[in-house]
Amino acid sequence: MAAGPYSDTVMDHFTNPRNMGEIEDANGVGEVGNPSCGDVMKLYLKVNNDGVIENSTFKTFGCGAAIASSSMTTEMLKGAKVEDALKLTNQAIVDALGGLPPAKIHCSVMAEEAVEAALKDYYTKQGKDASIVDNMKAEIKKDAE
Amino acid sequence: MEPIYLDNIAGTKPDKRVVDEVIPYLTEKYGNPAAHFYPLGRQSYNAISNARKQVADLICAKNPENIIFTSNGTESNNIAVKGVMALSSKKHIIISEIEHYSIQNPVLKMLNDGYTFTKLKVDKNGRISPESVASAIKEDTALVAIAHANPEIGVIQDIESIGKICKDKGVHFHVDAVASCGYIDIDVERFNVSTLSIAAQNFYGIRGAAALYIAPNVKLKPLFDGGFQELGIRSGSENVPAIIGLGKACEIAKNEMGQYVPEMKRLRDKLIKGLTDQYDFLHITGDIENRLPYHVSFWVEYIEGESLLMWYAQKNVYCASGSACSSNILAEDEEDLQASHVLTAVGVPTDICAGSITMSLSKYNTEEDIDYVLKVSPEIIDKLCAMSPAFDPSKIKK
Repeated sequence: MAAGPYSDTVMDHFTNPRNMGEIEDANGVGEVGNPSCGDVMKLYLKVNNDGVIENSTFKTFGCGAAIASSSMTTEMLKGAKVEDALKLTNQAIVDALGGLPPAKIHCSVMAEEAVEAALKDYYTKQGKDASIVDNMKAEIKKDAE
Repeated sequence: MEPIYLDNIAGTKPDKRVVDEVIPYLTEKYGNPAAHFYPLGRQSYNAISNARKQVADLICAKNPENIIFTSNGTESNNIAVKGVMALSSKKHIIISEIEHYSIQNPVLKMLNDGYTFTKLKVDKNGRISPESVASAIKEDTALVAIAHANPEIGVIQDIESIGKICKDKGVHFHVDAVASCGYIDIDVERFNVSTLSIAAQNFYGIRGAAALYIAPNVKLKPLFDGGFQELGIRSGSENVPAIIGLGKACEIAKNEMGQYVPEMKRLRDKLIKGLTDQYDFLHITGDIENRLPYHVSFWVEYIEGESLLMWYAQKNVYCASGSACSSNILAEDEEDLQASHVLTAVGVPTDICAGSITMSLSKYNTEEDIDYVLKVSPEIIDKLCAMSPAFDPSKIKK
């Protein structure tokens, strides 16, 4: 049993955050905030010409769960194809972290939203309309149901 | 390494002498103090009578019969607030915006029953002006409840002036002295208090015992009805071992405060100076002058309180946070995560949810403890600043 309210995986990602920092030549950056508690997460993506996320990093202002969710999200994004990145749900992040306390689930939601925001930025920079992300997300949801 | 315990506001390590005094009441001296007709019971009765005297001595109550024992500060506060209002024909209550939940919540609940209240504003250092109390008192005011010192930001109130105002206006004055007892002189006569709460766990007693001073002529309606223990105000079998511990803790405080308090103040000031010298974006909360001798509380721009707290714990420094994000982490949903009402009252911005860290020292903390905290603080703060999207690296002051 974990020694506190967080799982061992959350504690590991909190104390040893993966991929913390910025990517200078990022081609997708998303910043989202959580109005309920003021957390802010900034997600950086470097997508290569084959549409694969080569690198992903984060900067986060927030609690332990927010930092761990950010760290885990970057790990899960690396090596993924852009179109698959949107399939990353907050529940998948929670599961990968070995669970979060109910009051902290919003931190994983923030991470999912950061991915969307970063991809909108990416597609905009590719000369496409950002709404493509909303459409893709809607498709994914429909498939899931 | 041994953890450095700086969460004494949540309960101190019991004094060894208290524990030694308590143990026989857990083993051989187990009689019920209400059983007067055999020595085992009488022994317990005499022991809690002695504890009552020890409590009275510490808070300068002339008559030990004016002390009743309860199980914690929340219970003492509830008995006072509800007990006074239930017997008063007046319906108005005055509290401050930084009162503990055990004062604020009973009062808020009463609003459904036709009571009204005034929540006094504090200044940016958390102080309540006695004049604001005077002008808030009206014909219908039955009760003023103000804590002697605030556990979250350490500020001490001018209880003596407020007490005088309440006495002059004939209003019941309740003081929650849980955070101050054992560290600041308390004199119920000089402060003109009507009721006053203290709790053993905050000054080297053991958990499970607290007391309520009730001035002569004050009438309270009991919360429980039962066998008339504790003058009938708090029926229910007394927690004898914990009460013996509370008495012993009071005796030790009375004799030794003069020695340990100045040293705690010195270490407190060293910690405050060390932290504020390191970063100009680290802000102390609460009044610097009128401050509990053991209390250091601060917030850091760009950094959220819970992550600071967790890092200190990783480094074996145990402290507390008033951050919204950790205040109620076991809550069922995020609606229950609220920024501390104390921090918002003294102007800590809620929009960035920067929780305050409270480091509360005990008489056992050493110079080495403080040096260690000052050594690890920049490691933690630099790390979290580097992670913060709002932070500008050129602002790090070394």
